[in-house]
Amino acid sequence: MSESATNPMRDAIESAISENPVILFMKGTPEAPACGFSARTVAILESLDQPFAAVNILPDPAIRQELSAVSGWPTIPQLFVDGELVGGCDIVVEMHSSGELQQLLGLEGAEAAVTEARAAEPAPLAIENLL
Amino acid sequence: MSVSPEELKQRIESGIPGTSANVTGDGAHFEAIVAGPAFAGLSRIAQHKLIYDVFGTELGDRIHALSIKINPTETA
Repeated sequence: MSESATNPMRDAIESAISENPVILFMKGTPEAPACGFSARTVAILESLDQPFAAVNILPDPAIRQELSAVSGWPTIPQLFVDGELVGGCDIVVEMHSSGELQQLLGLEGAEAAVTEARAAEPAPLAIENLL
Repeated sequence: MSVSPEELKQRIESGIPGTSANVTGDGAHFEAIVAGPAFAGLSRIAQHKLIYDVFGTELGDRIHALSIKINPTETA
């Protein structure tokens, strides 16, 4: 562990990953993403109303270097859930389409509720229309 | 130094035996659709890492962005 003792950046990244249930390392900020892949990943999390911590890797090249050393993943963005690397933009997009992301985030119930609400919506309208 | 989709295709196919790749791109941003028995049974993370490993530090540098879609072959 002598390596980590002399590597405060790596320590900071590892604590951030373990302390935040959902954390996204990205280029730019959720408000102003600096890359299309980061933007797409943020948009998916926001569409699910999923709160997440975000780290902008651009201000210091050492963040990206240490992050990739920790995760073994070379590209940005990188999404972690419960301390585990989920993947980059491609994987997040695929898992969102398949519903696996919602499941991983524990949003299954919420999703079902939304679907039910949507399905239920036309019914009262139809009744009104009949009246 | 510009990178061609053809170069990426050949490197994926020779780097991961039994794989076929279809790569499109503009010299900086690429999309690869890759299929092969090497990906079967692996997690998405492990599948993408197989491809990342072919290019190493060139990713994000010489190859600005590589989007990956995997079609694992059911049987070899």
